[in-house]
Amino acid sequence: MKDKNFLIISVAFDTGGVAAVKDWIRPAAPGQLPKELLDIMGWEEAVCSRAGTPTYPCLIDEKHIVAELYNMVNVPTAVWINETGHIVRPAEPAGASDGFRTMDRTTLQMSPEVAAAGKQIRQLYVDALRDWVEKGDASAYILSPEEIRRRMPGQTESDALAAANFHLGQYLYQQGYKQDAQRYFAEAKRLRPESWNFKRQSWELEEPGKASGPEFWAAVDALGSQAYYPRIKIEGTT
Amino acid sequence: MPATVIYGDRPSIVADAMPEGKDLWLSLDDLRTATGWELKPQGACLADTCVPIPAGREAEFLRANDAQFNLAALTRLLGQPVAHDDTHNLWFFGEAASVRSHALLSLQAPDFTLPDLDGKLHALSDYHGKKILLVSWASW
Repeated sequence: MKDKNFLIISVAFDTGGVAAVKDWIRPAAPGQLPKELLDIMGWEEAVCSRAGTPTYPCLIDEKHIVAELYNMVNVPTAVWINETGHIVRPAEPAGASDGFRTMDRTTLQMSPEVAAAGKQIRQLYVDALRDWVEKGDASAYILSPEEIRRRMPGQTESDALAAANFHLGQYLYQQGYKQDAQRYFAEAKRLRPESWNFKRQSWELEEPGKASGPEFWAAVDALGSQAYYPRIKIEGTT
Repeated sequence: MPATVIYGDRPSIVADAMPEGKDLWLSLDDLRTATGWELKPQGACLADTCVPIPAGREAEFLRANDAQFNLAALTRLLGQPVAHDDTHNLWFFGEAASVRSHALLSLQAPDFTLPDLDGKLHALSDYHGKKILLVSWASW
């Protein structure tokens, strides 16, 4: 798709910086991702061969500034931006779905039905993206300004205060005050409990692996019938 | 007392900051160096923007014969969030929710500049003229 005046820009929300992301962006031993991860992400094996490293910009966002600017609370979340620099789809889960919640938490296995449903949701998203890349403004998948604003909640004062606390924590972490940083991460999480970015990032900085450990699963279970990745309405408004 | 003041995403060390509870008093020179705000006859000014000091509330903003300015009072007036750490005497001033929301609701994609793995900086605006899928992920 890159020949069609289209570009992916990936942004890693990682306070751990280069050390945290380098093996993901440029694997030392490129190869296939494990099937379990493909199932969780709803990726097709064929399109995810890691034989090559990405040629598009893979940026590192230690301060989660893009999350703040675009009001993102989870990963993967994506925004479509057109040639004039305007948002044509707001921040939304990029093809990800909640199937992972049913998987075996030790083996990370999920049933073939759930895995297939996840792949289907992802495929809908990718097809919509291809349609936009092909047709531009004529695509049925871009949204009207009114619809974008309706789907895009503004930032509240509490959200802004949460972000300020996260930034303070991030600065302390970067200065080597890792324990002190957690006080402000905790305040960010308290002020904006819907941010999985704040939760999982701070857990991971506390202890590697904690972002997908028992605390994570307890928080996911506490959602009850609420979505982790809200289902998006992919169709346009035409 | 030395303090680190992060304003507009830029950390500055201020040698003679005077933190008092939720307030942060700075000399006018330090205020300008750390934040860009200056005191002018029309009020506190940052580039072309001036904010009048609310009538009757001068003492919240200015003291010592107008030689010291309370940065925290100004940011409260502007709705900017503040987080501070007393142990390290560190103050972070963020962007107001209304400014962030207004920027987003304009539907003009907010610009940012971030490094890649090699430290090369990329701005979103470098890619103006292309369709862009801006997608987040994380290692965790």
